[in-house]
Amino acid sequence: MANQEVDQSKRKFLIAATSVAGGVAVAAVAVPFVTSMLPSERAKAAGAPVEADISKIEPGSMITVEWRGKPVWIVNRNKEMLDTLSKHDASLSDPKLEVVSQQPDYCNNAARAIKPNIMVLVGICTHLGCSPSPKLQTGADMGAEWPGGFFCPCHGSKFDLAGRVFKGSPAPINLVVPPHKYLSDSILLIGEDGKGAA
Amino acid sequence: MANKLQTIASNLLGWVDERFPLTSNVKAHLTEYYAPKNFNFWYFFGSLALLVLVLQIVTGIFLTMNYKPEASMAFASVEYIMRDVSWGRLIRYMHSTGASMFFVVVYLHMFRGLIYGSYRAPRELIWLFGVGIFLVLMGEAFFGYLLPWGQMSFWGAQVIINLFTSIPFIGPDVSLWLRGDYTVSDATLNRFFAFHVIALPLVLLGLVVAHLIALHEVGSNNPDGIEIKKKKDPKTKIPLDGIPFHPYYTVKDLVGVSVFLIVFTAIIFFAPEMGGYFLEANNFIPADPLKTPAHIAPVWYFTPYYSILRAVPPILNSQFPGVAAMGLSVVIFALLPWLDRSPVKSIRYRGNLYKSWLAAFVVSFLILGYLGTEPSNVWGQFDAGTIIVGGADRATVVARIFSLVYFAFFVLMPWYSKKDKTKKVPERVTA
Repeated sequence: MANQEVDQSKRKFLIAATSVAGGVAVAAVAVPFVTSMLPSERAKAAGAPVEADISKIEPGSMITVEWRGKPVWIVNRNKEMLDTLSKHDASLSDPKLEVVSQQPDYCNNAARAIKPNIMVLVGICTHLGCSPSPKLQTGADMGAEWPGGFFCPCHGSKFDLAGRVFKGSPAPINLVVPPHKYLSDSILLIGEDGKGAA
Repeated sequence: MANKLQTIASNLLGWVDERFPLTSNVKAHLTEYYAPKNFNFWYFFGSLALLVLVLQIVTGIFLTMNYKPEASMAFASVEYIMRDVSWGRLIRYMHSTGASMFFVVVYLHMFRGLIYGSYRAPRELIWLFGVGIFLVLMGEAFFGYLLPWGQMSFWGAQVIINLFTSIPFIGPDVSLWLRGDYTVSDATLNRFFAFHVIALPLVLLGLVVAHLIALHEVGSNNPDGIEIKKKKDPKTKIPLDGIPFHPYYTVKDLVGVSVFLIVFTAIIFFAPEMGGYFLEANNFIPADPLKTPAHIAPVWYFTPYYSILRAVPPILNSQFPGVAAMGLSVVIFALLPWLDRSPVKSIRYRGNLYKSWLAAFVVSFLILGYLGTEPSNVWGQFDAGTIIVGGADRATVVARIFSLVYFAFFVLMPWYSKKDKTKKVPERVTA
């Protein structure tokens, strides 16, 4: 044994084969560890739709419900609020709703809603996920030009009463309209629209 | 009797040395590690960083004895530590103040590297390990800040994790994977605890060891930026301008430690929240996923980078450029050894061109740091009629200008460091 010449090509092949086999094993073992950090089955199951009673929302005011741990705003817009929506298209980033992922097809209309007065929005800024503050009234601390909408305190993004983002905001796109449907005139189901769950 | 004890001691040491390189290591790193004799004030902060690291580990261990990494109990367990655990308030404030002081000494330590060119050849790897330490430290601070589960903990984590969402294509999946849930939740808190108390500390210790091994291999730089190993005593081979680290610098560092501890304890006793800069008022309110605090600002040590994030406007409906600029503003420090083309290392022998750029960088860093603690409308808006900037937030425009200066300091360095009029470097260290 000791006197034998070292077979270099055989040794190289064995080193390469062992390295490849070892590398494959390491990669395979990494899969369960990486996957264990994804949402668990329990977390996935907790994402069920929620119901909201909208009969008690006064025109011009809003309520907040929780869906998948996120705030969902339901705003009952009065007539003046609806009238303002068409007046500031020029200062919006996406007035025509061209980023279609931000609302379901049935809300791709001027009011971004099924019933024009009832606005449903995920209250999470599209910039970095803070929850904007409602500034529903015109003017006030937002300046004389403010048409009413939402203001994100984290980085100053501004949205109108249909959740459309104003130009110059750090947020790139409009707020999300979640899938929703009416179970009756006063009960809204958020998270499901009968066209496939979100 | 004394002789007999001495014999026993030296026999014992001999027994150990045959089995473990104790004496040779003490010599190599302390009694026969020759450091330049002209160290000044700026050379306190390396050993102080080591001190704070030890403080953070020790206080951290004692905090984990009472802390509960569970969303419904975390906030209350921190209040329990503060109110009911004997001396728990002191240990918690040592840890929270230690976090801020860690960044104070590390920023000063990094500034020392900047002014004396400590990142230059042959010390590039020391600098790279140092940048690694800085990145891990930022991770430690971020993960640790979620643990008290206050409003700032929650919304800060929400914002930072959402930064990853903006990465093209894989972003949303990456942030879902980091959170382990559709929103920051118990799953997120639990894993951040794991990162904060075991994963990152292990990496940090490894990097600190590598930082010191690399330093002791090439030797310390000094305020003159002169390699003391070039002038050795022909007989002993000891650098003529070198003195043993122990006892000379261990004693000097003890003075630094004493002064530091006076400041440190004064903060703990009299201003542990530091007026909202070390611990923010909103973090004494339990996390509420449905309500963002009216004003969100990161802790002071992150604010320069946060200002850069806010200053970059979205491009092509994507906020990724801002996120990329923020990441780059931290990582770009790693390129310094290759950006600096000056024939001299130390600021003592550099010309006014470099000094002006360094001053501009420091001013930018401080102004960006200040703006990051304030909302973007802090200085109001320009009049609508103003050219170019009409109607824009004044603070945003200022942040954009100083973000450009911040990056220009690095990007233009190959040019201005070469063009700079330098002075002649002496043969031996001065003073």
